[in-house]
Amino acid sequence: MKIADLRAVLKREHWVLAGLIIAMLVLTWRAWSVQIEQAAFLKAQAQLRHVRMMALPASRGVIYDRNQQVLALSTPVADVWVDPKLACARIEDLKPLAKLLGQNWTSLKKRISGRCSQRFLYLRRQVLPALAERIKALSLPGVYVNETYKRYYPEAETAAHLIGFTNIDDQGQAGLEKSYDSWLRGTPGKVRVIKDVRGRVVDFYDTLTPVKPGRDMTLALDQRIQYFTYRALKRAMVIHQARAAAAIVLDARTGEILALASQPGYNPNDRSQLSPKRTRNHAVSDLMEPGSTVKPFIMAKALDLGLVQPEEVIDTSPGRLVIDGEVVRDDHNKGPLTPTGIIQHSSNVGISKIALRMDPKTQWQLYHQLGFDQDSGLFLHGEALGQLKTPDVWSRVDQAWTAFGYGFQVTLLQLARAYLTLASDGMTRPLQLFRQDGVLPEGERVFSVDAARCVRAMMEKVTARGGTAPKAHIPGYSVAGKTGTAHKLGGGQYSLQKYRSLFAGIVPADDPEFVMVVMVDEPSRGVYYGGAVAAPVFQEVMRQALRLRNVPPDREE
Amino acid sequence: MKQETGLLYRLHIDGWLLLGVVLLLITSTLVVYSASGGEWSVVQRHLMRVGVAFVLMLIFAQIPPRQLMLWAPWLFLLGIVLLIAVLVAGKVGKGAQRWLDLGVIRFQPSELMKLALPMFLAWLYAWSPMPPNWPRLAVGFGSIALTAGLIVVQPDLGTALLIASSGLFVLFFVGLPWKVILGVLVAAVAAAPVVWHFMYDYQKQRVLTFLNPESDPLGAGYHIIQSKIAIGSGGLWGKGFMGSTQAHLEFLPESTTDFIFSVFSEEFGLWGVALLLAGYTFVIFRGFYIALTADDNFGRLLAAALSMTLFTYAFVNIGMVSGLLPVVGLPLPLISYGGSALVTLMIGFGVLMSIRTHRRFMGSQST
Repeated sequence: MKIADLRAVLKREHWVLAGLIIAMLVLTWRAWSVQIEQAAFLKAQAQLRHVRMMALPASRGVIYDRNQQVLALSTPVADVWVDPKLACARIEDLKPLAKLLGQNWTSLKKRISGRCSQRFLYLRRQVLPALAERIKALSLPGVYVNETYKRYYPEAETAAHLIGFTNIDDQGQAGLEKSYDSWLRGTPGKVRVIKDVRGRVVDFYDTLTPVKPGRDMTLALDQRIQYFTYRALKRAMVIHQARAAAAIVLDARTGEILALASQPGYNPNDRSQLSPKRTRNHAVSDLMEPGSTVKPFIMAKALDLGLVQPEEVIDTSPGRLVIDGEVVRDDHNKGPLTPTGIIQHSSNVGISKIALRMDPKTQWQLYHQLGFDQDSGLFLHGEALGQLKTPDVWSRVDQAWTAFGYGFQVTLLQLARAYLTLASDGMTRPLQLFRQDGVLPEGERVFSVDAARCVRAMMEKVTARGGTAPKAHIPGYSVAGKTGTAHKLGGGQYSLQKYRSLFAGIVPADDPEFVMVVMVDEPSRGVYYGGAVAAPVFQEVMRQALRLRNVPPDREE
Repeated sequence: MKQETGLLYRLHIDGWLLLGVVLLLITSTLVVYSASGGEWSVVQRHLMRVGVAFVLMLIFAQIPPRQLMLWAPWLFLLGIVLLIAVLVAGKVGKGAQRWLDLGVIRFQPSELMKLALPMFLAWLYAWSPMPPNWPRLAVGFGSIALTAGLIVVQPDLGTALLIASSGLFVLFFVGLPWKVILGVLVAAVAAAPVVWHFMYDYQKQRVLTFLNPESDPLGAGYHIIQSKIAIGSGGLWGKGFMGSTQAHLEFLPESTTDFIFSVFSEEFGLWGVALLLAGYTFVIFRGFYIALTADDNFGRLLAAALSMTLFTYAFVNIGMVSGLLPVVGLPLPLISYGGSALVTLMIGFGVLMSIRTHRRFMGSQST
């Protein structure tokens, strides 16, 4: 075989070399076109893919009591969630997660793989930040950790009804948490971050809106008094096997709410305890007939108008009074009584006789001024509004019933506010939810100073030996009080077995420091008089409160 | 050149080729490190494969072309048999049947063919008069078609095209008449619809995506768009070493293998790309120089075909990731995270060095 001319082979080298150079130039041109001409557009496209808006959670404001003790605060936690669509492809990789979350791997796997087409599933919410970090470090497919806040209530059950609670999404659901949600709630911030293709945040980019944490609030509440109130109520609940109970303590000088408790209670940190029965705030949500507790108001007004004299003797015999064919009764014949005696022994007949000397409009006006038909103005969650019929539909007997607290309904808070008027020498005072450090708003005069003081003096006899509530007596102090024992309405008529025991008191009676009202609903151990059921709660709490505030004793024993 | 009598020459190493290859391999190691997100384990495995490939290059540089020529037809036959075996009993990897499990190592017969086909064709035409007669051309065509056909059905379009083009280059070099070339081109255009009919869906999809990547940005066009974004983000000067967000945020698929050019471009910009292209051009031209100065037709044809293989590799890969060509699965030669393709390429360089350093009339040729 003839060997070909070596030069003949590759004679097309020029073509090839030219082709090579052209090809390289084409690639260079392409790189130029992409990297220079389209660079700006493509860089913007890159940013569109990497840079993502992210909301940063804002913590809720702290709720303090008047002494800056924390009642509610937000702590950082994290929600762990999964994108099942991404996770399903590599489900076995998620195995270490089960152990970290303390869940069973088989059931966790089942839960995720049952939702492979979905894009979002919470695995566990509100885990501790340390655990969240460990989960993040695993870098599992489709598993994400969202930082958020969990509300925490250090005082647990004690002030639960007033403070309320938030849901798992940090939104107020009850109590102040709900009614003042917009104040407490912060504004989440908006930041831009760089995320990788799996949606993990890799780097911080910039801030669009800074996080605005929620605003704090300082309540008028005194956690120590609140605790005594809570404890005393709880004890009363047990002793009397009551359906419910509530109590409110007011600062007599400022109208600040120092304590507000309700039973049965719940621990707001434990969501499993939440039930309507436990979360109902009986201090503001329950409407009740105030019963005998309104008698001092009638008495004060009558004294003011000169309709009765302090030394006058009114015969309550024979313990019943017939008005237009209807009968008003005392539980026994109390004989002739002075106004003090009427208050001390709580005579329905006596107070009816005095009330009937009054123009119905005047009596209605009194109740209106005392706020029996107005809410507290505090925007309390679940607050009921008292009902008061207008005087033009009152019959004479209606007027008499109304004078000893039947035929209209108020909340315990309304009753407390009415007693505040007596305590502040006849001036109404708005209730204060938040700690007051400035000048207080002027109220409206309902009684003269003399009438108010006179009635407080009468009420002192209630807690003295021979009164209806000697158990409210606090050694060393003058205690003005009034009991109330109301038959409960049920099925359109008054029940003979179901009672609501009430006690309202002012202490010290001469120079009032506190107003406290106590309600025990359906005590079921046979004892039901306000003086026997509600008064001891008052006595226990006030004794502690007076000591706490260093109120000097004003009576010698 | 001085090296004709130097130490390197006596070790059958071509200094210039070695320089180009080593520079590219150093670049490769850096980019693989960055593209893998700074994973040392990946770099270590890469370096291990580079080492193995390097040793194989040195070994093949010791084998005289004469010896290779004796093996050429048998290697080709072996390759064909293995390709058939892979279709019958091959392992499926990433949706294609390309692997042959030999127990110890997994072996891709198509890699063998990247060397065996050019060797066979060089052998076929080494003793033939130029231009060859029709029967020889027909045998050449036939062997190319058979090889490419067996690889296409695996399916591995990229490698088939690569191997076919290296074979066709040999035919071009031996003097295939222009009218035949023209005829084949016309026939190819005419056959396009037929080929289209026989293509797999994913291959059709790639062509459609190539024509308009934005038509399906979340699906088939995703890779190309992300890749273009990476390249474009590099701009003139690049974002610097380890600065590729597209790769580090994992938007870029296969960032250490097929799409490594995008990472390189994003980090080193246009000037880096220009340098890289210059590097390739240098190595390819050195290969051609070796072809031109070889002392027999076998060496010339083989050296030219191997150089063209490197060129095709680089051109197709860069064209693909920059959106100039449809997506076919070819790595960037010498830069992508090493696999069997790297080994084959390095053996090819060994063969080139062997052709250069085993000339009988040392120094008598133009230098």
